[in-house]
Amino acid sequence: MHRKASDLTSAFVGRRMGRRELVRRMGQLGLSAAAANFLLNRASTRVLAADFDWKKHEGTSLQLLMNKHPYLDAMVANLDNFKELTGMDVQYDVFPEDVYFDKVTATLSSGSSQYDAFMTGAYQTWQYGPAGWLVDMAELIGDAEMTAPNYDWEDILPNLRASTAWSGVPGAALGGDGAKQWAIPWGFELNSLSYNRRIFEQAGIANPPKDLAELMEQAVKITADVPDVYGIGVRGSRSWATIHPGYLSGFSNYGASDFNVDNGKLTAAMNSDAGKTFTRQWVEMIQNSGPRNWSTYTWYQVGTDLGAGASGMIYDADILGYFQNGGTAEAGNIAYSAFAPNPEADAPTPNVWIWSLGMNANGQQQDAAWYFVQWASGTEHGLFGARTMDFVNPVRQSVWEDEEFRARIAKSYPGYLEQYEASAPGSKIYFTPQPLFFNLTTEWAASLQRMVANEVPVDEGLDQLAESVNGQLKSAGLG
Amino acid sequence: MATRAGEMATTPRRRSARHNLLPYLLSLPALLVCIGILIPFFTAVWYSLQRYNLALPFTRAFIWFDNYKEFLSDARFWNTVQVSLLYTFLTVGIELLLGLGIAMLLRRATLLNNIMSVALMLPLMIAPAIASLMWKLMTNPNFGILSYLVSLVGLENFKWASDPSTALLTVVLVDVWVYTPFMMVLLLAGLRALPPQPFEAAELDGVPASFVFFRITLPMLTPYIITASLFRMLDSIQQFDIIYAMTQGGPGDTLLVFQVAAYLEFFQYTNVGRSAALLMVLWAITFVLSNLFIKQWLRLRERARGAA
Repeated sequence: MHRKASDLTSAFVGRRMGRRELVRRMGQLGLSAAAANFLLNRASTRVLAADFDWKKHEGTSLQLLMNKHPYLDAMVANLDNFKELTGMDVQYDVFPEDVYFDKVTATLSSGSSQYDAFMTGAYQTWQYGPAGWLVDMAELIGDAEMTAPNYDWEDILPNLRASTAWSGVPGAALGGDGAKQWAIPWGFELNSLSYNRRIFEQAGIANPPKDLAELMEQAVKITADVPDVYGIGVRGSRSWATIHPGYLSGFSNYGASDFNVDNGKLTAAMNSDAGKTFTRQWVEMIQNSGPRNWSTYTWYQVGTDLGAGASGMIYDADILGYFQNGGTAEAGNIAYSAFAPNPEADAPTPNVWIWSLGMNANGQQQDAAWYFVQWASGTEHGLFGARTMDFVNPVRQSVWEDEEFRARIAKSYPGYLEQYEASAPGSKIYFTPQPLFFNLTTEWAASLQRMVANEVPVDEGLDQLAESVNGQLKSAGLG
Repeated sequence: MATRAGEMATTPRRRSARHNLLPYLLSLPALLVCIGILIPFFTAVWYSLQRYNLALPFTRAFIWFDNYKEFLSDARFWNTVQVSLLYTFLTVGIELLLGLGIAMLLRRATLLNNIMSVALMLPLMIAPAIASLMWKLMTNPNFGILSYLVSLVGLENFKWASDPSTALLTVVLVDVWVYTPFMMVLLLAGLRALPPQPFEAAELDGVPASFVFFRITLPMLTPYIITASLFRMLDSIQQFDIIYAMTQGGPGDTLLVFQVAAYLEFFQYTNVGRSAALLMVLWAITFVLSNLFIKQWLRLRERARGAA
């Protein structure tokens, strides 16, 4: 039976058989879907090995620094295939997100060669890249000796490829002239609405909001009408992570931007009229119907409140809503909706967060590390993770087009695909890339906290913020 | 025979050399520890005199005291100084009063008091970061037990660490909960070590308890109070874990004390120069305050010797 199953998977990998036919015939052999996927994955590994010398670094042991995340879980579940394919060993240290980036910063800034590759966000590369801690992977991608012929770099969504490449010139466009590929996109999230249908029904609300004004109305109604539930969950902690999800997505949708760039010099633009108009509504929304201890809210509280039925909706990462639809008290009740806060906007403009893979410039095994990075960001692993694990959102177009993945999402996460397809065209990083990103966005978050606490009016708060930011830009020679 | 005479001639010299080397050998571990402290210290001094942001390597330069000069006109820095000193004053003051009160209650070494003094030590055995997470849950406005209790006395929607007006109070409460036992145990040891004669004489003379406390107990206990307060002051002005775990320095800049500010400057903003300069200012403040405490302690000791 094993021989027959292997023949079937080989036929599928060799494109001589469709997926439905494969699953049907596997079923006839008495194999479960999980077993079929396992065999399929092994066959894919054999195909990968056919055209490229994956064994070149056999015997090498790689050390990875990873964040505790479902993407890591998917990698671990498939890691034996990488080991079999390459003959390499892989060890990894895992840290929770609260301390993860501090650990990365400490490791890289010390010049340590302990880790060969690590998870990073695109924003972090604006610090790590200019500091000389990252390998520019553009040359590796274009080197036929180093990169498998079926890696298909162009298959990775264009906005994500561009968003992880930067020249290091403050204010220069991501992916523009002279950009270095500091990281390879691995999985990403864009910001949209996830809402609880049960709570919406209880509040007598038929449809999710179409713009920010309607969202504020609905959130107030939920807070008033549904006991022990507040209307809208958004992040509020004193951190850059408060700015990048819903807030910046809405800010951009109103036509506002963080900086103006003129002749390579940056000036703060967060206090523009559009920025003030949006921020006034945002602050009012939190005051009227946000969580009572909003200023301590990270993604974790925002997500768990939705899953526990403590909030009616969240304007945050779409995958945060995705993860709350399984294994939580409200599993099965979560729905998704693309969201354009500005009533005059044509489409949503979600800012994106991209979990990526970076390589340590001080690493002693860079060629071997690149083998790992290209495997982990390759199509085969992407398909494995998307079909059988929670490796969403995939960064590859071919994975988004995969029938099995789409069927699985459509069945278990109704509305998710529609949300994604409506949001994706306008999604990208809306921040202006510059090396003081974390400093200035943390100050932005602290400023928002003061506005929500009524310590300072919104317009005045944004003016003060812009003044402070301009001072810091000048001091750093960027303004 | 000739050999024995030679041995006898060199032995005293060897002994003398060993004798001369011994003090240096004995102080070697202390010297190594000192070097281990001084190298990072002077490295931090060196960094504090530079414009040094890891994300802007091309702007690195030696700028003498410019980082410090910038502090003078930086409202955020003065806010940090103010919050750090206020936090230290409140925590040390409250912990001293509570610790002294509890120590007075447990002064007699009865079985019950001994059990109580051990039980009261439990908060001190919990890592402050864990204690902060416990308090974060207890003060959650939606389900926290403390939020429920304050709502019973009419304080609805009390936001604890989430509101700038109550954030300092909340973290001070956590600090007091964790560290009052430290104050209590030192003062209790001091109280139990006081000579009994003055108290017996006062009792025979029928001296009122308040007079005994203010004129006998407190003066005799002062060296212990100063020592305990010094330890707590050193710890409190360098507070990090409770504040960072509860609010990350917020809301706004409400709780941006020195250590939190310096941590963020380095680990999140990669601004090595400013982070090091902040820590140098913190060191200077700690140094001045410690000296004040120690001078006071020495003065009291001299006075006690003179009285004897």
